[in-house]
Amino acid sequence: MLRCPPFTYHTPQTMSEAVRLLHQDDVRIVAGGTDLVPNLKRRHQQAKHLVSLHQIPELHTITETDSMVTIGALVTLAEIAAAPQMMRVVSMAARSIASSHIQNTGTLGGNLCLDTRCNYYNQSYQWRQSIDFCMKEQGDTCWVAPGSPRCWAVSSTDMAPALIALNATVTLVSQNNTETINLADMYRDDGMDYLTKQPSQIVTQVQIPKTQGQHSTYWKLRRRGSIDFPVLSIAAAASFDKNKHVTQARLVLGAVASYPILSTATSELIGHPLTPQTIEACINKAITNAKPMDNTDHTLGWRKQMTKHYIRGALNELETLATTVHP
Amino acid sequence: MSKKYPLTMTVNDESVELSVTTHKTLLEVLREDMNLTGTKHGCELGECGVCTVLVNGKPVLSCLMLAPRAHNAEIKTIEGLAEGPILDQLQSAFCKYGAAQCGYCTPAMLLTAKALIERDTTPTVQHIQKELSGVLCRCTGYLSIINAVGSVCGLGDNCTDNLNA
Repeated sequence: MLRCPPFTYHTPQTMSEAVRLLHQDDVRIVAGGTDLVPNLKRRHQQAKHLVSLHQIPELHTITETDSMVTIGALVTLAEIAAAPQMMRVVSMAARSIASSHIQNTGTLGGNLCLDTRCNYYNQSYQWRQSIDFCMKEQGDTCWVAPGSPRCWAVSSTDMAPALIALNATVTLVSQNNTETINLADMYRDDGMDYLTKQPSQIVTQVQIPKTQGQHSTYWKLRRRGSIDFPVLSIAAAASFDKNKHVTQARLVLGAVASYPILSTATSELIGHPLTPQTIEACINKAITNAKPMDNTDHTLGWRKQMTKHYIRGALNELETLATTVHP
Repeated sequence: MSKKYPLTMTVNDESVELSVTTHKTLLEVLREDMNLTGTKHGCELGECGVCTVLVNGKPVLSCLMLAPRAHNAEIKTIEGLAEGPILDQLQSAFCKYGAAQCGYCTPAMLLTAKALIERDTTPTVQHIQKELSGVLCRCTGYLSIINAVGSVCGLGDNCTDNLNA
């Protein structure tokens, strides 16, 4: 049987107790554990101490005001998918993750902090040892791009693209500080050091602003319709005026880089209705940012092609929603 | 380093108190400390679903759940599905429809289906498919399994006939 390495398990009852416990050597935070436990079993990640957040009540709630929906970091993906007040792109993303079994355990905070993934990394210990460990672990080389000084592991979170498309913010709590930043700013373009969040900080909640007249959608590419991580995801949100002209739009590309890419290409859409011409202009600009590497399932060339089709599909869907559905 | 801690759970309606090693998963505790080997170990990495048990009524992968998380929880394993010698209606349907080949995924399929029909007595065939999609059957006997679950939910004898191939 594949087993976790020995560790001490801590169950703080309050946030102040939790942040204090992070000042130990070799400590990791655990929420649902659906990403951490396999990583511990395969010795991708090490821990002498695990700090479990599940007994802290305030992390388990979804609250709503006139202007905002707030989701606690320990809310499960199943609870997000089932929440009646949830924005469409957010429930779609939650419902797309793994399987219902994992959605029952996996959490918002866990998915936002999901380890980046790579064909040369997410393998058994013996496999990794036999080709000599890559730089994300103990080695010096990135086996996807051996000449490269950096790691190209892929951001595989589904919740981050969806929430960034809605301009969400995230609250990070440490022993001496509480700060709220744009969720997009929690990620950096580095497969190893992929979060700007410090190890001493805990993600406590995400705030999603409510926007009038907004439609949103999530498109996810993977081999099977269940269990698999995305090899491409498109989160798109747009607001429309009375004439169906776009007033605001955000487009996020997931799983094509080490971070979720917030595209600037939506400037092509503002002030116009969504037409084939404006959509193509947006696509051509957006794909210049997407630089997928040959380190996930499916061939690289096909994933690049599918990026165009998925952006087109998502934007066409927003156009249909704008003409047929009241937001 | 590897300390033991007290773990109290209700397993198949019986209260149990154990002293277990901190870094064990619920799967390891059920199989090794309680000898409940009906819960299978497959990939042990959360990809195949055959270790499914019900935790507070919800299907969960026991290979990914650290045992301390199950403290004070209600667990149902395949050993607790039948009432003594009387099979659960899902188990009877699996027999009738030949919905088990090698049998390795069967406990997980049954428990996943049990949680589904307790939550929703009239699921669609697509809903059954989606719920069961987290459990892999390497014999690929999915149609019989879905038909068996469908028969219990009033979807007739061959609910997969209406699915597009």
